[in-house]
Amino acid sequence: MPTFVYMTRCDGCGQCVDICPSDIMHIDTTVRRAYNIEPNMCWECYSCVKACPHNAIDVRGYADFAPLGHSVRVRRDEEKGIVAWRIMFRNGKKDMTLIAPITTKPWGQHIPKLKEVDAPSKEMRDSQLLYNEPKYLRFDEGGLHTLEAAGLKMKQGVFY
Amino acid sequence: MAYQTIIEDDIDILVVGAGLGGTGAAFEARYWGKDKKIVIAEKANIHRSGAVAQGLYAINCYMGTRFGENKPEDHVRYARIDLMGMVREDLLFDMARHVDSTVHQFEEWGLPIMRNPKTGAYQREGRWQIMIHGESYKPIVAEAAKKSADKVYNRICVTHLLMDESRPNRVAGAIGFNVRTGNCHVFKAKAVIVAAGGASNIFKPRSVGEGAGRVWYAPWSSGSAYGLLIGAGAKMTQMENRIVLARFKDGYGPVGAYFLHLKTYTQNGYGEEYESKWWPQLQQMVGKEYLDPDSWHLTHRPIPTCLRNHALISEVNAGRGPIHMVTMEAFQDPHLEEIGWHNFLGMTVGQAVLWAATDVDPKNENPELTTSEPYVMGSHATGCGAWCSGPEDVSPPEYFWGYNRMTTVEGLFGAGDAVGGTPHAFSSGSFTEGRLAAKAACKYIDDGKAEGIRVSDEQINRRRAEIYKPLEHYRIYRNEITAGTVNPNYITPRQGLDRLQKLMDEYCGGVSTNYMTNEKLLNIGLKKLKYLEEDLEKLGAENIHELLRAWELKHRHLTSEAVMHHTLFRKETRWPGYYYRGDYLKLDDENWHVLTVSRRDPETGEYTMEKAPCYHLVED
Repeated sequence: MPTFVYMTRCDGCGQCVDICPSDIMHIDTTVRRAYNIEPNMCWECYSCVKACPHNAIDVRGYADFAPLGHSVRVRRDEEKGIVAWRIMFRNGKKDMTLIAPITTKPWGQHIPKLKEVDAPSKEMRDSQLLYNEPKYLRFDEGGLHTLEAAGLKMKQGVFY
Repeated sequence: MAYQTIIEDDIDILVVGAGLGGTGAAFEARYWGKDKKIVIAEKANIHRSGAVAQGLYAINCYMGTRFGENKPEDHVRYARIDLMGMVREDLLFDMARHVDSTVHQFEEWGLPIMRNPKTGAYQREGRWQIMIHGESYKPIVAEAAKKSADKVYNRICVTHLLMDESRPNRVAGAIGFNVRTGNCHVFKAKAVIVAAGGASNIFKPRSVGEGAGRVWYAPWSSGSAYGLLIGAGAKMTQMENRIVLARFKDGYGPVGAYFLHLKTYTQNGYGEEYESKWWPQLQQMVGKEYLDPDSWHLTHRPIPTCLRNHALISEVNAGRGPIHMVTMEAFQDPHLEEIGWHNFLGMTVGQAVLWAATDVDPKNENPELTTSEPYVMGSHATGCGAWCSGPEDVSPPEYFWGYNRMTTVEGLFGAGDAVGGTPHAFSSGSFTEGRLAAKAACKYIDDGKAEGIRVSDEQINRRRAEIYKPLEHYRIYRNEITAGTVNPNYITPRQGLDRLQKLMDEYCGGVSTNYMTNEKLLNIGLKKLKYLEEDLEKLGAENIHELLRAWELKHRHLTSEAVMHHTLFRKETRWPGYYYRGDYLKLDDENWHVLTVSRRDPETGEYTMEKAPCYHLVED
């Protein structure tokens, strides 16, 4: 479902160019607006659709298997923490709106700056533990799993 | 050419590729290396890059030890049987024992994880999968990586790793170009963590024309994890173990939630259950150890995914297609119907678009399934990747050489798709592997193993010339013709990709041959890959965007060559349903209960293949 850009809505701001994982949203040098330069490398991931501040980008199902006349639109809002979708069928019989949360916390504020947390001790460095372990593993008194504690060992060959 | 060379020097840890593996590496590296210089080089924009760019509706690897659900060794047993025994159990155990702490952090950062209202535990989709509202999964982990890294370089296509000139087989950084400015970027680093992607688009896809981007794994997964590592002379493992996916037809929408949570099931075109009919024949091929329907209720072993594919493929070949997913029962429940649609919107919007376009309402009709073209990757249900060291306290001697997740090249680490033998890591496991690699890389530097690294200008200039060659080549020969793309002196990256896909499809077991190959076909395929390799020296790139495609193609080519050599080496059919060796149609545990390991000599391009022992955890 490659993307396309509506002429009257796009102002050539380049947000889609900046975000596209496939590097296929480019600015046309004549009309100075964005367009999809390589539809057969489009994954219809909707990253550009979500990033466009003017709702100028839409998706039309791939010509090799999708008939015309459908619509799947999206609005994503980091402030409100939701994404809203509207799906409309070709025959007009189905028109669904679906809303989902995208985060449970104010955007980006609950991710620790690891430069500011206490440095790991030598024991920690010499152990198999990672940051915030063992606490974040199990939230009980238990530690990291080891082969020894589980009564396991690695054995070569075929035996099952 | 007027492009500048920009050198970023004195990097301690360079992370190449910032999908789930790379963001995990960058995040964790800061904890173990407070004062270290941590730099990310990413081909796209870190906020939407990698396989999780469009989101995920589930985290497919979570033990739930906290809720008394599974232990790491349970997951090892599951991944082992799913891959017909061929896994690195030390790496799997290690990933599984840490993965829960990764997921708990994600929840704290704001990732919406669904809860079971009755138990308070995470909402399970299946035994290993939990359900999330993951539209912003990637932007959230990107924030974490950005908070840890000193610098994030977006839009850098890394083409090669740089090698130390004071000591053989030691990495010294990486080089590439900026996809926007065209400038050459040199990263001199003490340790490099390759967390680039696996490979889509190396086998001809079922989609054609405009739809060719509708592949199951992202089209920007260009096999760079393998191209970079193979190019540096790292040993690779299990590259023959490509994966074929049973998915909704054309859109390749996910089926996991449908099977596991919505309890939908498959039937053939005549409304019959078909899988079990194929088990007796299949048992003859693979043996009772791997397929024993009578004892499923005793062992709780799942049916390996490849064997279920085999049943689907065989049923269609027998003329009783198409295979349908029976959704009409489950979708009568409005809650389940909503989940079914959210599932697509959260990770494969294209499937929702296709059903809207073709008026497929799964409440009123059962949608079609198909099997995809093969993919080469190491984080989903398959284990292609580099031969890496395991953790000290778990790994047997053959699997351990000092630093966790370090490849056979010193200072060169892997995560996600780059690490071989570790299937079923998925997003959370890849992030966890990045964390493990980062801790080990910091230790490697602290142990003084990266002292005295030297990169000469000669090496940089040689690589620089190679990088821009497709642009140069185009400039020289373009005006020999009037217009168009047909030129006797060069091929375009797209033309090269088409050729690669066609030959992999026909000689290495793609969809056109029903995943069938043999020694004769593979040898022809290898010969044609060599011709292609020569022609890749004559790629013509009209602009910087095409230069990106040129280098993606070169990485896909290196990946393909490894796949071809590995497939030729393993003289058995280990995974019916993923591919078949027509000349060895049976699974052969006596000779091939081993992991395959390859190395391509970077100087000569010659391959050497060897068998490595396959260790298991005692008891089933």
